[in-house]
Amino acid sequence: MNITFDLNTVWFVLVGILFTGYAILDGFDLGVGSLHLLAKTDRERRLMLNSIGPVWDGNEVWLVTGGGALFAAFPEAYATAFSGFYMAMMLLLVGLIFRAVAIEFRSKQPMAWWRKLWDISFSVSSMLSGLLIGVALGNLALGVPLDKHYEFAGSFWGLLHPYALLVGITGLALFAMHGAIYIVMKTEGEFQDRARTWVNPTILAFLTCYAITTLVTLFFVPQMLDNLWAAPAMFAFPVLSLLVILNIPREIHRGRLFLAFLSSCLAMAGLLATFGAGVYPNLIVSNPDAANSLTIYNAASSDKTLGIMLLIAILGIPIVIAYTISIYWVFRGKVKLDETSY
Amino acid sequence: MDLELLSRIQFAVTIGFHYLFPPLSIGLGLFLVIMEGTYLKTGNPLYHQMTRFWVKIFGLIFALGVASGIVMEFQFGMNWATYSRFVGDVFGSALAAEGIFAFFLESGFLAILLFGWDKVKPRTHFISTIAVALGAHFSAIWIVVANSWQQTPAGFHIVEHATGARAEIVDFWAVVFNPSFLDRISHVYMGAWQAAAFFVLSVSAWFILRNKHLEMAQASMKIAIVIACFASILQLVTGHASSVTLGSTQPAKLAAFEGHYPQNEPAGLYLIGWVNEDSETTTGVQIPGLMSYLVYGDSSMPVTGLKSFPLEDRPPVNIVFQSFHLMVAIGFLLILISLAGLVAFLRGRLFNTRWLLWTFVFAVLLPQAANQLGWLSAEVGRQPWIVYGLLRTSDALSKSVDASQVVGSLLLFGVIYLLLFTLFIFLLNEKIQNGPELQRSDVEVSQS
Repeated sequence: MNITFDLNTVWFVLVGILFTGYAILDGFDLGVGSLHLLAKTDRERRLMLNSIGPVWDGNEVWLVTGGGALFAAFPEAYATAFSGFYMAMMLLLVGLIFRAVAIEFRSKQPMAWWRKLWDISFSVSSMLSGLLIGVALGNLALGVPLDKHYEFAGSFWGLLHPYALLVGITGLALFAMHGAIYIVMKTEGEFQDRARTWVNPTILAFLTCYAITTLVTLFFVPQMLDNLWAAPAMFAFPVLSLLVILNIPREIHRGRLFLAFLSSCLAMAGLLATFGAGVYPNLIVSNPDAANSLTIYNAASSDKTLGIMLLIAILGIPIVIAYTISIYWVFRGKVKLDETSY
Repeated sequence: MDLELLSRIQFAVTIGFHYLFPPLSIGLGLFLVIMEGTYLKTGNPLYHQMTRFWVKIFGLIFALGVASGIVMEFQFGMNWATYSRFVGDVFGSALAAEGIFAFFLESGFLAILLFGWDKVKPRTHFISTIAVALGAHFSAIWIVVANSWQQTPAGFHIVEHATGARAEIVDFWAVVFNPSFLDRISHVYMGAWQAAAFFVLSVSAWFILRNKHLEMAQASMKIAIVIACFASILQLVTGHASSVTLGSTQPAKLAAFEGHYPQNEPAGLYLIGWVNEDSETTTGVQIPGLMSYLVYGDSSMPVTGLKSFPLEDRPPVNIVFQSFHLMVAIGFLLILISLAGLVAFLRGRLFNTRWLLWTFVFAVLLPQAANQLGWLSAEVGRQPWIVYGLLRTSDALSKSVDASQVVGSLLLFGVIYLLLFTLFIFLLNEKIQNGPELQRSDVEVSQS
């Protein structure tokens, strides 16, 4: 594989970083949501909600900005994916809408039925969103049918390919593990002890899914490895991913929660980097007719726009990262309920 | 129904619903800065209580804005893929800049605004409030850049690409400061400030009428009446500037605003009227020559009429005419109401003039209606173009989406938005009724 460090490649990496930021940050929100119904009492569920309360919508902005960056840098890919995966995108929107309003609405009324309704809504919509994100990645790895005008030529049901579903479930397990570690990190006392019992099962579930997905990919989607064979240095991504993934149970065992969480973050980054290295320079692989694939070249905006956008990113992103870290710093430590809580 | 109409209806429904919230969060952002700033300056606990009350309301409005806003970003690609391919180079950049410069700022510091009262120093909290307000105002800038470019494209050239012709940036600043941007952004800001000012007036007037939380309600109302007057009067200026720009940039839309058909005659201004699009006539009460005067400063100057455009290049006229006139009428009504409030305030009678307080209670709907009608006339007035003069709406649809899918998504959005709107009004009402006290339902919960 030839990697040329042109603007297109830079934007491939930048869009990847934005979506990775989304996966890591909203990943624990979606994970906490997926586990939400395991918390039993009202207080426990409020602790779950409020552990992500101040940060979830800032986290979702990574998706919005990633989507905007995809639109700006690779409009053909944005147009083909969003129109082609119409039904799936609708479902994701419904998931994200209900996740948002469930957090906001749940604790506003004391009635048990009201809270239960929004608890279920919060949990189901979080799981649905997490699953769909994984299914989307699975399809992008596998390739989807595109016609010679780069328009999607498949159907919604075709997107529910067993491999895509497997990646979806793996993603869900990853988010659940990520969320479980986050919850243990953010809580204390009796509830923390209960939440701790969720960690090992989710780690086990993820490790199992991860192993199966890796094997299935090796045998049935071997094209994902072509780039790696061509530039073996890039095997660093999957190898490092494996190491940090294995480090998660180790840190949990030693009670170093923050390092476990950090390892989980790095695992996501490593897995997405592996994915990116596998599909480069394609954005949407066309399967069966590979000639119709959308790449970082035929899907891109003009060099001038990519250059302007790069300037915007260089000016903006460091500032965003600086104040995002400060805000997380303000909300560090164990979550407490007070009168401003959800 | 055909794909084009369905996609347009869906866009109208989703943007119309979304646009109930951002004007309020933009405008309330300004209020929060003023209120918290006053508290920091005077140390008066009244302003602390006031800020915290309005922050709670702000939080609910913001959440609905976020939930309905993400739909908008997806929808360009979902329903308007050909449009997205055509404008991505230009429009996408504005959208991405909005994410980087506005949404992160707004959503990030919202955490401290809502939940950080006891975690940071008062001054840091105030800075966060300013950051949220700035973020809200910035977000309007970029999306209005994108929209204005669609109305008055500039700074681009057309390039043949694999999937067809598309617009590419030649001059970034010409794209940003396209001919209608400054008029439109100031019009949007004033509309947002009006929406928030009349919202604060409504809630405060209700408290005063119910004899509750008097001190806070009166102090809030004082701030709101000043902003309402300022924004309502300035809105007349920005609206006028927008129309003048239309004369040179989008003459078909301007003609549709007044149902002006003759090719080359001076145009009047209708106070009220009805357009018959078949006979190409407009009947109603008209002040002759006034539109010529307003646009060109000369009542005998001819204004390009709709007959100068072939039928296929004309927007639907009557709906544009009616929504524009209704918006203008509401605009004048808002000036009247806010001036009446100001006069009553200066005479020291504001808080016991019950008819005026009742007017305030219901006037909250007026700026919301005017904002919706304004966008309706701007967007329908641009038809049949999605990008004025360059790309027709009928050529901008997604090729891999069919009408049945849009029927499905439209029904789904319809049901969800109806549900969300009902719950929003219910919860908003309750938050308001609870007043500035700590909200017990948030604090004490039964252990289930």
